Amino acid sequence: MDSPARAWREFGPRYRLEAAACAACGQVSYPARSVCPECRGREFSAVVLPRRGRIVTSTVVRVPPAGFADQSPLPIALVEFENGVRTMLQVTDAVDLERLDPGVEVRLEFRRVRSDGEAGVILYGHKAVPV
Amino acid sequence: MRDVEIIGIGMVDFGELWTDSLRSIWAGAALAALDDAGVSEVDLITVGCMSPGLFVGQEHLASLLADEIGMAGVPAGRVESACASGGLAVRSGFAEIAAGLADVVLVTGVEKMTDVDGADATYALGTAADQEWEGFHGITFPGLYAMLARAHTARYGTTREQLAAVAVKNHRHGLKNPHAQFHLDIDVDAVLQSTLVADPLRLLDCSPVTDGAAALVLASAERAAELRKGRPRVKIIGSGLSTDTISLAGRADLTELAAVRRAAERAYAMAGKGPGDMDLAEVHDCFTIAEIMAIEACGFCEPGRGGPVTEAGDTALGGRLPVNPSGGLKAKGHPVGATGVAQVAEIALQLRGEAGDRQVEDATTGLAQNMGGSGGSSIVHILEVV
Repeated sequence: MDSPARAWREFGPRYRLEAAACAACGQVSYPARSVCPECRGREFSAVVLPRRGRIVTSTVVRVPPAGFADQSPLPIALVEFENGVRTMLQVTDAVDLERLDPGVEVRLEFRRVRSDGEAGVILYGHKAVPV
Repeated sequence: MRDVEIIGIGMVDFGELWTDSLRSIWAGAALAALDDAGVSEVDLITVGCMSPGLFVGQEHLASLLADEIGMAGVPAGRVESACASGGLAVRSGFAEIAAGLADVVLVTGVEKMTDVDGADATYALGTAADQEWEGFHGITFPGLYAMLARAHTARYGTTREQLAAVAVKNHRHGLKNPHAQFHLDIDVDAVLQSTLVADPLRLLDCSPVTDGAAALVLASAERAAELRKGRPRVKIIGSGLSTDTISLAGRADLTELAAVRRAAERAYAMAGKGPGDMDLAEVHDCFTIAEIMAIEACGFCEPGRGGPVTEAGDTALGGRLPVNPSGGLKAKGHPVGATGVAQVAEIALQLRGEAGDRQVEDATTGLAQNMGGSGGSSIVHILEVV
């Protein structure tokens, strides 16, 4: 069972795409880290990720994990934003394999990702839609 | 630092071991290693196991297992680094002896994976990925490696057939290993026609779910000289450990396994050897693309050449550098916590000249590379005949 508190404390980065820009070197971490992987700085300011990016690599998961059985096959891509930040996202809406190639432009949309059974938490987040 | 030798090797048959429990499988390997070494007392037991809590609902494993073989009271501890837990157990034992904290260590690895169904096993393995930022979106391990395969193909032109060649080779090797889970000869067509799991990876690109254990007895050179007098001796001459980001999103380059490269560099540096000095290797072929990227990261070929050299037969038994003569994770099976120990056991057996039909002739130096997740951790050991 997913913990409501765990889902709740991720709302910032998950719902609002909040990331952290290193005060010393400007490197953007998403999700935020305690220490900048680039310069080991510990001071950050909040930034919001752009809502457009490009596919770096992708796959179609044919044997989905628990909670995703109703969504199989499940296209997933690593998406890179203009600021160089990468994140993993489901790709949705009229997807075929050709539309998952590296370089394909995507926009982010807020969607339901999965629900934890009949009575559990409904988990939302962003998915990538090929432009 | 003191010299450390392998004086005992214990393996059990890998497979879906319905009649055996985690403790009985583990005891089989542990006792075989102790008997092979001819010792009944050890200073320490290390246990590599990824997730006994999720697979069999049991934590606090090392004490439980020490008791299983009548050794309650002996210092024991479990180490975990996902699928590299076994390699980490070897390194822990090695370090204790090298540092002078112990003279004889029983190093073990175990995983009992078939007491849960496929979905639960997939979940347990998936916890080795970044759960909050990658697993959240439904990615699986075959999916993560599929992404690496696509990136490798995009940059280097690695073909579907070259990926299949890894599975075909390792299944051929597995035919010669009595402990292997699969004794099944497959061809490239069989791989290409097997069920798609995560494009472009198919079922026969994937290592199986396996129950199994492996064990070693390590000893200081002084004790080894006395216990293995007149018999072939094998020494651990290099040990390297490294990490990388667990999430693929954190990696600048998806076409190399940086943790493997760094672990190999550290092991080579300690050993005073290079890739060209190796006579054979066991690498972490949890998926076919993983072997291709691992042999590149270990320096056995140039980056991007992993596919072509595999297809050319360079890494088959009888080739320039046999890789995974045991059958690898693909055919021997992949009980995740046991794998890293089993890899070192295979190299040690080969260097003793006791590998039977799959013996690599005149092998004096070999490498074992173990990996956690999709390259978030890696451990490399280099062994040499004394």
